[in-house]
Amino acid sequence: MLKEQTPKISVRPEFQQAAAPQIKEKVFELNGIEVLYGGVSAVKDISMEIGHKEVTALIGPSGCGKSTLLRCLNRMNDLIPTAEVQGELLYHGEDLYGPNVDPVQVRKLIGMVFQKPNPFPKSIYDNVAFGPRVLGRKDGLDETVEKALRGAALWDEVKDRLKDNAFGLSGGQQQRLCIARCIAVEPDVILMDEPCSALDPISTGKIEDLMIELKEQYSIVIVTHNMQQAARVSDRTAFLMVELDAEEHNRWGRLVEYDATEKVFTNPSDKRTEDYVSGKVG
Amino acid sequence: MEAGRATAPRNRLAVAGARSTTEAMLRNQPRGDVIRNAVFAGLLLLAVAIALAGLLALVIQAFAKGSSALSLNLITNPPSTAFPEKAGYRPAIIGSLQLIAGVMLFVVPVGIGAALYLEEYADSSRWWNRLIEVNIQNLAAVPSIIYGILGLAFIVRGPLDLGFILAAGSLTLALLVLPMVIIASREALRAVPDSIRQGSLALGATQWQTIRTQVLPASIPGIATGVILAVSRALGETAPLLLVGATVFVTFDPTPFGTDGYSAMPVQIFNYALRPQEEFQALAAAGILVMLVVLLAMNSFAIWLRNRYEQRW
Repeated sequence: MLKEQTPKISVRPEFQQAAAPQIKEKVFELNGIEVLYGGVSAVKDISMEIGHKEVTALIGPSGCGKSTLLRCLNRMNDLIPTAEVQGELLYHGEDLYGPNVDPVQVRKLIGMVFQKPNPFPKSIYDNVAFGPRVLGRKDGLDETVEKALRGAALWDEVKDRLKDNAFGLSGGQQQRLCIARCIAVEPDVILMDEPCSALDPISTGKIEDLMIELKEQYSIVIVTHNMQQAARVSDRTAFLMVELDAEEHNRWGRLVEYDATEKVFTNPSDKRTEDYVSGKVG
Repeated sequence: MEAGRATAPRNRLAVAGARSTTEAMLRNQPRGDVIRNAVFAGLLLLAVAIALAGLLALVIQAFAKGSSALSLNLITNPPSTAFPEKAGYRPAIIGSLQLIAGVMLFVVPVGIGAALYLEEYADSSRWWNRLIEVNIQNLAAVPSIIYGILGLAFIVRGPLDLGFILAAGSLTLALLVLPMVIIASREALRAVPDSIRQGSLALGATQWQTIRTQVLPASIPGIATGVILAVSRALGETAPLLLVGATVFVTFDPTPFGTDGYSAMPVQIFNYALRPQEEFQALAAAGILVMLVVLLAMNSFAIWLRNRYEQRW
């Protein structure tokens, strides 16, 4: 199914890398990133800069490596034994995959919200307090929890039942709880892997509003299947596409276009981007 | 008006005909199907009945024979060859309690530790980890008498050289049920979804923090259930104990490291059952009842624990 729908693009050595747009302050700088699973490429030749305190959206068809790319940014790919990241990934100018970098420290600074809400089987309070606790920040925990829940626009709904199990919340509330949990450790960057794909439109709207508020303080990178969502919330959009080798055995994701969101959606420079954002393919 | 009156009876007829056809289609199940259904259900019921009949026969038999010997003496008095009417199981009960306490002491940390290594740390693509896994599965199926010989050779004598003491018996039983605990603990750990581990790691928790604060608490009900079932198995084991020195006739309260011998419930039951006198037969039957009640209670507790605290994801 998937293979049928995906337009086939043959490898061209003269492949034009999308030009980087003007970014004032960059939080990430990717130079020729390639991710391999068991020696097979999942994404190749990704070079882009991600802006500080901006929302950057990664869009593209299934299997184009959006999530894989996202998981590079906080070294979640390290958890997969066969995964391997090549190329250069700078975080505020520091090599994120440098020999002295501890992935645990990386994840304290670069939080992540997952596709499916994954609250811990604990109380609402303990969910939010978990991060500060494991980081040893035990002073003023109540304030931290309240601030995080307010930050995730969840405080008013849960303030009277902080001791209740988080599993009793609705899907949308659970996802906002996961966002609260993430901002409770005061990260620098929040990565979101299709955070609304399991939610209804109203919950999705709430989380989108939240993202726009959160970018005042945090840099956000979001993977989404929903192009309207990318158009609504992001400042910049990167479009990835599946590419096949000459024998069509292997497939991997490649960055096709990366620009200001408005430009990508109204006046894309690449024909494939235009076809995708206008709904002709994908 | 005219036409309506003329067609009404015909319509009624058509509707009635259609309805009876539908009814017939709904009602008539082929006879063969009905019989096959009944036969199949009957066979399944028979299977259940056979399984239950064994247990029921044991309970009835033990109750009929042992009810006369059921008294507090059973628990408070030591065995006696001279006065069967006063004889009881006291040293055997104390021995059994100490045995399973020792089993738990060994099996809980080692079993959970091994399960944590295999589930959370081991890279299952490595051949040695797969070898360990296969071996643990196989160990769970090794006959208990083999463990008795192992205990005799390596724990009572050989490298450990503990002698015929209760602690050696405990250790032997612990080795016997260890694979069960590892397998049950691994199941419990595997039931914790990866999204929980990832959520925790993404917040900057270390792997050990993730295991200690998320994975282990969520899997404790499953692990506890496995431990209880393993211990109840250890409680009922006789064969390995006979090899590692559970002397069949002990009239004093055993201690873990005492060298004067020890006994356990099943061993003592076996001893009473071997005697020809009616009174000892009754004592053996009463002992079986006590064991049945204890085992049933333990297993019920395990089931209750699982249903009450098991985390649904």
